[in-house]
Amino acid sequence: MNPFDFITQTLRIAVPYLFAASGGLVAERAGIVSLTLEGFMLSGAFTATLGSYYSGSPVIGVLAGAAGGLAFGLLHGIATVRFRADHVVSGIAVNLFVIGLTQVILMLLFDSSSNSPRVEGFQAGLSGFGDPLVWMGLASVPLVAFLLYKTPFGLRVQAAGEHPEAAASVGINVRFIRYVSVAISGVLAGLGGVYLALDQHQFTNNMTAGRGFIAIAAVIFGRWDPWRAGAACLLFAAAETLQIQLQGVGGIPSQFIQIIPYALTIVALAGLVGRAVAPAALGRAEE
Amino acid sequence: MSSHPIRMAGIDKSFGPVRANRGASLDVAPGEIHALVGENGAGKSTLMKILGGLIRPDAGTVEINGSDVTGWSTSDAIAAGVGVVHQHFMLVPTLTVAENVVLGNEPKRGVMFDRTRALADVNALIQQTGLIVPADRRVAELSVGEAQRVEILKTLYRGAKILILDEPTAVLSPPDVQELWTVLRKLRDDGATIVLITHRLDEVIGISQTITVMRAGASVGRMKTSETTPAEIAKTMVGRDVVLSAPLREAIGGTAATAEHAIAPVGAPVLEVTDLAVNDSRRVRVVDGVTFAIRPGEVLGIAGVEGNGQTELVEAIAGLRDIVSGSVSVSGRDITRATVKERRDAGIAHVPEDRHRRGLILEYSIAENLVLGAQQEFSRYGSLDGDRIGEHAREQITKFDVRPPSAAPAARTLSGGNQQKVVIAREMGRSFTVLLAAQPTRGVDVGAIEFIHRQIREARDAGKAILLVSAELNEVLALSDKVAVMYRGKFAVTLPAREATPEVLGPYMTGGKSRDAA
Repeated sequence: MNPFDFITQTLRIAVPYLFAASGGLVAERAGIVSLTLEGFMLSGAFTATLGSYYSGSPVIGVLAGAAGGLAFGLLHGIATVRFRADHVVSGIAVNLFVIGLTQVILMLLFDSSSNSPRVEGFQAGLSGFGDPLVWMGLASVPLVAFLLYKTPFGLRVQAAGEHPEAAASVGINVRFIRYVSVAISGVLAGLGGVYLALDQHQFTNNMTAGRGFIAIAAVIFGRWDPWRAGAACLLFAAAETLQIQLQGVGGIPSQFIQIIPYALTIVALAGLVGRAVAPAALGRAEE
Repeated sequence: MSSHPIRMAGIDKSFGPVRANRGASLDVAPGEIHALVGENGAGKSTLMKILGGLIRPDAGTVEINGSDVTGWSTSDAIAAGVGVVHQHFMLVPTLTVAENVVLGNEPKRGVMFDRTRALADVNALIQQTGLIVPADRRVAELSVGEAQRVEILKTLYRGAKILILDEPTAVLSPPDVQELWTVLRKLRDDGATIVLITHRLDEVIGISQTITVMRAGASVGRMKTSETTPAEIAKTMVGRDVVLSAPLREAIGGTAATAEHAIAPVGAPVLEVTDLAVNDSRRVRVVDGVTFAIRPGEVLGIAGVEGNGQTELVEAIAGLRDIVSGSVSVSGRDITRATVKERRDAGIAHVPEDRHRRGLILEYSIAENLVLGAQQEFSRYGSLDGDRIGEHAREQITKFDVRPPSAAPAARTLSGGNQQKVVIAREMGRSFTVLLAAQPTRGVDVGAIEFIHRQIREARDAGKAILLVSAELNEVLALSDKVAVMYRGKFAVTLPAREATPEVLGPYMTGGKSRDAA
C-alpha cells in the first residue's frame, strides 16, 4: 500500500484516541483518575446515535454525544470530588454502568440486543477527511496544550493536580477546577465515541472495545503531556493500521499480527516510559 | 484598641474528640513581630489556620483591623492582606517560582496567562524585598531556604500587610535563619505586622517584641519580650518547671553543653564505615566517600543542612538503601550486603527520621508497634502471643513514659512526642550495640526532647556506639563527642565536640569551607 493511504488510515484510526486522551489528560492533570474514558466514549457514541436517529441530523448527534459524555463526566466528578469516592472504583462503576445502561435502552427503544438502526453521519468522502470530527480530533491536542500551558485555568489545573492544598491556600477553588476538568474530559472522550458511532452509522454494543483504555495508556506513555500523549495516540494507531494492512500478507500467522498493537502498548508502557511522573495528587482528595 | 491588626478572642475548635483550641486568644499590635509559642499540639497551628481562613472556629471572634471577620475564607483573608507562610510549603514543585507566586492572581493578556509579565512582576518584587530567588526556575530545583523565600514572596505579591509564619526556621541552616531575620525586620520596618510561630526560645528572644504562650489549646500568657526570661517562657509553655535539656540551656546562654562529655569512650570501634558511596532514588550520588568509626560509649553527631546525604547515609547503614561501594561493619563483622534482619541481629537499632513513614504503622496498636520486627520472639506455634505482647507493651510504656499509658489505641492517636517514644522504646528497649538516631526529636515537645536526650545519654553511658543525625545544631552539640558536618555527600569537617561551635561549623554547613578530617 502506498504511504499516503497508510498515513490517512492511521489518522482516522487515531481520532477517537486523540479525543479521549486529550480529555483524559486534562482530568488527570487536575488530579482525577481517568479510567472512565471508556465509559465516556461509549455514552457519547450512544447518545450521538439517538440524537442523529431522532433528528436526522449528525450535527444534533454530535451535540447529543457531547452531552452524554458530559453527563457521565459530571457523575464521575460528583463521586470523586463531592463524595470523595476512590477514583478507580468510581471509574469501574461508571464503565460498567454505561455498558449496562446502553444495552437496556437499546432493547427498550429498538428491540435489539446488539445494535441500533442506521443513523445519519457526516459525508466523510473517500479519504475520510470530509468528516469534521476528524479535524476536531486532530485539533483537540493543540487545544488542550493551549488550555493547559497558556491559560490561567491551565496553571490552576496543574496546581490542583500536583498540590491541591497549595492551590486552595491561594484562594483557588480546587473542587471547581476539578469539576470543570472532568467535564472537559467527558465531553472530549464523548466526542471520540461520537466519531465511532457516526462513522459506522450505528451504535453497536460495547463498540468502543477498549479504546478508552488505550487512550489512558497513551496519556501515561505521553507522561501527561498533551503533545507526547498525542504522539502516543498516533503511534498506537499506526500499529493498528499496520496490523490491518498485514492481514493480507501471507506467511505470517494472523494471530501474531493481531498482537502487534497490544504488544506495542505493553512494551511502550513497561519499557520506554521509565520513570513516568504522574501528577502528585492524582486520585487524592483535597485535604 | 480597635486599630489592632489582629484580635482573636474566645476561640474554640474541635476535631472530633480533640479540642485543639479552647478559649484561645491573640492580640497583636501594629508593626510588631509577635511570637506565638507553645509545645507541639498546643493549638498554635489551628489558631493560625483559623486566622488565615483555612478552617472555621466553633466559637469565638476574629477581628482584623477592627472589623469582625470570623469564619472568613482564604480568599477573604488574602483580600484583607493576611498572608500565611505554612510550615509545610504550599508550593507546586512542577511550576516555576514566578508561576507559584502569581498562582490564583495570574496576570492575563486576553484569555492567556501573561507569563512574561508574571516573571517581570516577580523579579521586581525580588529586587524590592531582597528575597533572592531565581524566578524562572522550577520550585522542585530550589533549596529549602529558597523555597521559603518563594512562600514569603507569594504573600507579599498578594499585598499582605499581616504575615503569619509557621515554624519558619525548622528547616533552615543558621546563615539562612539570619537572612530570614534580616528580611523580617525590614518588612516590619516597612509597616508589616508579623506573627511568628515557633518553639525555639532563642528565636523568640532574638526577634520578637511581644509573646503569646499557648498550652493545651488555650492562651496562657502574654508578655513583653524585654520583660521576661526564657525560663519563664518555658515554664509557661509546659505548665511546670522544666529541667531544661542542653539545647534550651544553650539558647538561654548557659554553660557549654560539651561539659557533660566527661566519660572517655574506650575500646575498638563498634561501627566502622569505610569510603561509603550511596545513590538516591534518582541514581544521583548523594553519599560520596564517607569514612568514620564509632567506639563504644561514643556519640558521633552529624550536623548539616538537610538534603546533603544524611538521610541516605543512615538508610544505607540500616540496610534500607543499596550501598554502591565501600563497606560497613559492626563489631568487626562486615554487613555491607546484609539484610535488614541480619543487621538488626548484629546489633543495630534504628530510630528513623520519619516516624510516620518508617518508624510506625500508624493504624496498628501501640502494643503491635512495639514488637514490629520481633514478631518471631512473640509468637507461639506460629501465631502471635497476645498475652506476651500486651505484657511487653505495658513494661515498655511504663519504662519509656508513653502517655496516655495504654497499649490498645492505634499509634495514630498519640501526639508526636509519644509516637516517637514508642519508636525509641522498640529500638532501645531490646539489646543493641549501635544506635542510629536520625532526627530523634523532630516535631516533639520540650518534655519529650528532655526524655529522649536522657535516653541517648544513658545508652552512651552504657557503652553503646551512637550515630546521631540532626538538623538541630544545638542538639548535635549537646549530645555528641565528635561532630561532623555533612555537605554534598561528604564530611566537610570532623571535630571533637569541645572545638565545635555554631560559629565554627556554620561555614562548613553552607559549603563555604571544607576540610577533610576523618
